[in-house]
Amino acid sequence: MRHLIDITDFSVEEITGVLDLADKMIANPAAYRDTMHGRILATLFFEPSTRTRLSFESAMLSLGGSVLGFASADSSSAAKGESLTDTIRTVGCYADIIAMRHPKEGAPMAGSFKSSVPIINAGDGGHNHPTQTLTDLMTIRREKGRLDRMTVGLCGDLKFGRTVHSLIGAMSRYEGVEFVLISPPELRVPGYITQGLRDRGIPFCEVETMEEAMPRLDVLYMTRVQRERFFNEADYVRLKDTYILDPEKLRDAKADLSIMHPLPRVNEISVRVDDDPRAVYFKQVRNGRFVRMALITTLLEACDEH
Amino acid sequence: MNIDSIKRGIVLDHIRAGRSMEIYKYLHLDELECSVAIIKNVKSNAMGRKDIIKIDEDITIDLDVLGYIDPGITVNIIEDGRIVEKKHLELPQRLVNVIRCKNPRCITSAEPGLDQIFRLADRERQVYRCIYCDTEKKKG
Repeated sequence: MRHLIDITDFSVEEITGVLDLADKMIANPAAYRDTMHGRILATLFFEPSTRTRLSFESAMLSLGGSVLGFASADSSSAAKGESLTDTIRTVGCYADIIAMRHPKEGAPMAGSFKSSVPIINAGDGGHNHPTQTLTDLMTIRREKGRLDRMTVGLCGDLKFGRTVHSLIGAMSRYEGVEFVLISPPELRVPGYITQGLRDRGIPFCEVETMEEAMPRLDVLYMTRVQRERFFNEADYVRLKDTYILDPEKLRDAKADLSIMHPLPRVNEISVRVDDDPRAVYFKQVRNGRFVRMALITTLLEACDEH
Repeated sequence: MNIDSIKRGIVLDHIRAGRSMEIYKYLHLDELECSVAIIKNVKSNAMGRKDIIKIDEDITIDLDVLGYIDPGITVNIIEDGRIVEKKHLELPQRLVNVIRCKNPRCITSAEPGLDQIFRLADRERQVYRCIYCDTEKKKG
């Protein structure tokens, strides 16, 4: 049984396969309209979401499949104290594949141990978000025509930013990729990630201002400081507006920079940047639907083969 | 000081001095009904001082637990009063329910009955990592 819990659960070749399929689906969506007819996707969102949940649902509906699920822990038996693994076992009797988001780190992995159907990690706390990374990879590849030989700047909350952790895991497998990690000291990338980069000889640096990194970036990946990850409101308030990207800060940026954001944004990208042709965050949203269509298809076809 | 040699059982040798009680606890040796001898601060040419545990019964030892606590330990299997096998340990690749994840954001803090599983991330630095949340636990 294949699951997608961590982006590195898929080899580079398998990711290329998913991205290729997503490109074909964008080019000719009608050809895939009924390929998942009779299949059911369960979206189990123990934590709120707009884009991810709706894009999964839209993806399955676009493939001719059906969708069921819940949008918050309050509207599930978790509110009655049911364990996660019991919920997963139950839902496995109703659905062919599960996309789950949970505030606890590692929850999708724990669920996968007891699941009779494929589990997709749709975000686990501040840990990982592999399907956002598929979206990001697809966007970068479509914008740049490649995934290797580039400098990727990641800015904001790199400590709890699950999209950042997964994106570093994915991009670090391509030749010639360098990382510039832009954050305040309190929100630096977890040590296990930087240690992993060091062990594999992948170049990276940690800086505190966007301006010093800007001229050499090919990709700038902005993230939100997430209120829900802080135990202490005062820390959130102190750090939330550390970085605000505006047209002035982009003055020294490359002409072909790609400005990305997993969304939702709060203040970290000024709306004045939205019309800059280098801003691709709404393209990411569009790509997210197609790459999830490709992922659902890949995982269910793998099930059929076994 | 003399402790009788055992006819059939297990001798845990080369325990770092002072660690024997920890091993006694981790291996649940207090639950055994046979004789168990803990010998502390024995003179050793190689180690200076060491501890030894003698167990007067052939029990199943969790070598992963033992390897995690002290990979330098030698496990001697005794039959008919003679050593018939010497097992040398190493840090195990995987630890199940030996150490606990301290990350309050980890699913192990919320899900009842979930095994606490760590994998060896860096043998040289003796670092383990929770398989669920990647929180590191450095041995020591």
